[in-house]
Amino acid sequence: MTTQTISGPHAVLQAQARWRTAEIAFWLATLLPFVLAPDYLVLASQVAIAALFVLSLDLILGFSGIISLGHAAYFGVGAYTAGLISVHGWGEPLSGLVIAGTASGILGYVTSFIIARFRHLALIMITLGLGLLLQEAANAASWLTGGFDGLQGIHTWPLFGRIDFDLYGYTAYSYALAVLFVVFVAARRIIHSPFGLALRGIRENGARMPAIGAPTHSHIRTIYTIAAVIAGLAGALLSQTTATVSLEALGFQRSADVLVMLILGGAGRLYGGLIGAVVYMVARDQFSGLNPQFWYFWIGLLLIGVVMFLPNGILGGLAFAAERLKSAARKRPPVSAP
Amino acid sequence: MLPVLGMLFDGVAYGMLLFLMSVGLSVTLGMMNFVNLAHCSFAMLGGYVTVTLMNDAGWPFFATLPIAFVAVAAASVVLERVFFRRFYHAGELPQCLLTIGIVFVSIAAAAYIYGTDQQPVQLPDYLQGSLHLMGLDFAVYRLVLIAIALAITVLLVVTVEATRFGAKVRAAVNNQRMARGLGIDVDTLFAVTFALGSGLAGLGGALAIAMLGLDPSFALTYLIYVLIVVAVGGLGSIAGSFAAAMLLGVVDMAGKYYIPAFGSILIYVVMLAMIMARPAGLFGRR
Amino acid sequence: MSATAARMTALSTRGVNKRFGSLVVAADVEIDLPAGVRYALIGPNGAGKTTLINLMTGMLRPDAGHILLGDDDITALPPQARVRRGLVRTYQINSLFPYLSALESVTLAVCERRGVARTWWRPLTAYRDEVDEAYGILGTLNLAAVCHRPTRELAYGQQRLLEIALALAARPKVLLLDEPAAGVPRDESNDLFAAIAGLSRDITVLFIEHDMELVFRFASRVIVMVGGGVLTEGTPAEIAADERVRAVYLGERQRVGAR
Repeated sequence: MTTQTISGPHAVLQAQARWRTAEIAFWLATLLPFVLAPDYLVLASQVAIAALFVLSLDLILGFSGIISLGHAAYFGVGAYTAGLISVHGWGEPLSGLVIAGTASGILGYVTSFIIARFRHLALIMITLGLGLLLQEAANAASWLTGGFDGLQGIHTWPLFGRIDFDLYGYTAYSYALAVLFVVFVAARRIIHSPFGLALRGIRENGARMPAIGAPTHSHIRTIYTIAAVIAGLAGALLSQTTATVSLEALGFQRSADVLVMLILGGAGRLYGGLIGAVVYMVARDQFSGLNPQFWYFWIGLLLIGVVMFLPNGILGGLAFAAERLKSAARKRPPVSAP
Repeated sequence: MLPVLGMLFDGVAYGMLLFLMSVGLSVTLGMMNFVNLAHCSFAMLGGYVTVTLMNDAGWPFFATLPIAFVAVAAASVVLERVFFRRFYHAGELPQCLLTIGIVFVSIAAAAYIYGTDQQPVQLPDYLQGSLHLMGLDFAVYRLVLIAIALAITVLLVVTVEATRFGAKVRAAVNNQRMARGLGIDVDTLFAVTFALGSGLAGLGGALAIAMLGLDPSFALTYLIYVLIVVAVGGLGSIAGSFAAAMLLGVVDMAGKYYIPAFGSILIYVVMLAMIMARPAGLFGRR
Repeated sequence: MSATAARMTALSTRGVNKRFGSLVVAADVEIDLPAGVRYALIGPNGAGKTTLINLMTGMLRPDAGHILLGDDDITALPPQARVRRGLVRTYQINSLFPYLSALESVTLAVCERRGVARTWWRPLTAYRDEVDEAYGILGTLNLAAVCHRPTRELAYGQQRLLEIALALAARPKVLLLDEPAAGVPRDESNDLFAAIAGLSRDITVLFIEHDMELVFRFASRVIVMVGGGVLTEGTPAEIAADERVRAVYLGERQRVGAR
């Protein structure tokens, strides 16, 4: 990497898509809680679920530039679907997961026709409005959802018919982590596909896309539906592993939380959201004695600080620092543009 | 009193409050395209200023209103100088995140200082009770509220339509670049407009306590309504904001009167339908 | 093949009208571009040249009139559908993908043309043909050496070339270039136009350009627009001799010459 060599077109693209050592190390590290912190496996499962939800938002916001202030809608629909089928007598987790993902995917597909048409302020309003609408609807339909008290009587059957969900979160974390990993691999594949390139094109310059013949709306509908499915899976995992669903699963607070995690870690980098989820969830656990009101004081300050001083999140900041170090080490004269 | 008229009366009074709380955001959004989700935190601040002055310092209600206006305007200028102006060209996502951060901080600060309970406010005797007119009862406070809001609306319209300052504001909303080209100092103009708009929100918040109550969640609860007014009314349009606020006030009130279980759903459905049908608002040009 | 192509009309407008409020930006525009021809579109600022490109490519909808690509009426088609039929444009102000590399940008355009940009289960690296084609296009425009750099790091002139590369990736039949050399120094703009002149004769080219020297050197025919309407059209020699063109254009030309 010393000079800008004129190489063939393929090598660089292949290098970009290759699994890096740091990535493999990251995923190996996700197994550490089993060994190092067996008392915190319940928390770890919550982190994995949050990470899955952030991954979903990253696909639309980080990679495609579609702002959403109401992403909890799809999380909530997944959570309620999984909860409801369990309450009504079918507690098998894997099929529940599939059904919940399908339900949120259908909602995502239907709403994507609206989402694809708008940008900027109108999009912010619409996503916010859709989220609130769904929460109000769930509240009003208390005969179905249990309303303010939440859904009672969720019982998740053993995984594969034999592995029980234990109190220590051993099964919960294994289950959530496995789902997270599978979805992550899929998301990574999407990002490195031609479609992923098209998404980045939409993020970089959506107005230009039609001029290269791109069906922008159709692309947005596709990724929005995929993201809705993933959000639904995360919601389903939450209700299956905690055996509770409440209106909070659909609320603005949850939409804001996931946004904070993504921005904190760094949007558009796949791992940024995961790291953001870890930091956020662990911090919240550490300050769990704190009144939630005051927790949001610190979250507010954090948001302000991140957008002011770390606009690309933790990962973006690290990448920037690494770049600075490298160029300082190389001490090469700056390449002057012709 | 006929229920329909009572509902309309309450809806109009409510709409007036929404108008005061949202017109500033509409104009500043129209001018700078700055998405300020903390606008309702300003309204909340105005409410707490009035509560504090009345309950702790024993001020009369009306005397607190100008202070609420000025205090909020001053606070908004500080925020604008320190935070907002760095984000005018940053795109809507950083703007959203920054101002959501401010909302969270403001809610937590209010909860820390005042607790999470509704703030009690004792209106003077002459504002309580109701007036009997043409066989109908009108709550005095709501009549006063409507009168104040109407007076401010007239003042606003006259300012924007008939003064030099107003002409500059209109030019800047219409086409910021051209306004700059004409030698208008858009940044200063914006700071002044921003302060005035925030001050109006503070005044709206102060007037709202007796009708809507005041607790720390105010900043988030009514933000939605304010955003609906702005979105439906169209950016930078005073007339649009007024019409949208009245519409929202009446529709929301009608929902609460007639279909209490689905009242809030109705609002969101109306809002989504409006935005989709006319993304530029009721009187929008863009 | 080229003999038959030359007789066909590649793109035409029929009675196209457009107004913004009271401002008429297109007044009964009737243009026929024969296949394979290099057309220049000139006219003073505000004559409606860019608007006409926007109308042709579907970025704007005409109030009245029709746009024909070959024999097909494309007036109702959205921009991306016109691109897929071979009507492609570039922008006067660079409109690129700042954080994509030049190769990624052009590969994206190739993938969109070939209809593979919807596939999300196969990696991009599996599409070697698409990448090779993109690399080839960049090579013809002397961009191969910088193809892995993010677009925003490219020199301005290279970004102008990338605009053209993006357009070529769509395999245009008709290419509309909106001031391809805008902001480029004179010596580089010669290279740029040489690249345009070297394009396949199967591509019909219409370009907007203010520099008369470039117009007369690279255009086989010239259309003059004034006030949203077509004033006249002819060979460069005819246009140069036209008194009316001089009358509307002379002042403007001096102003442009000072650039």
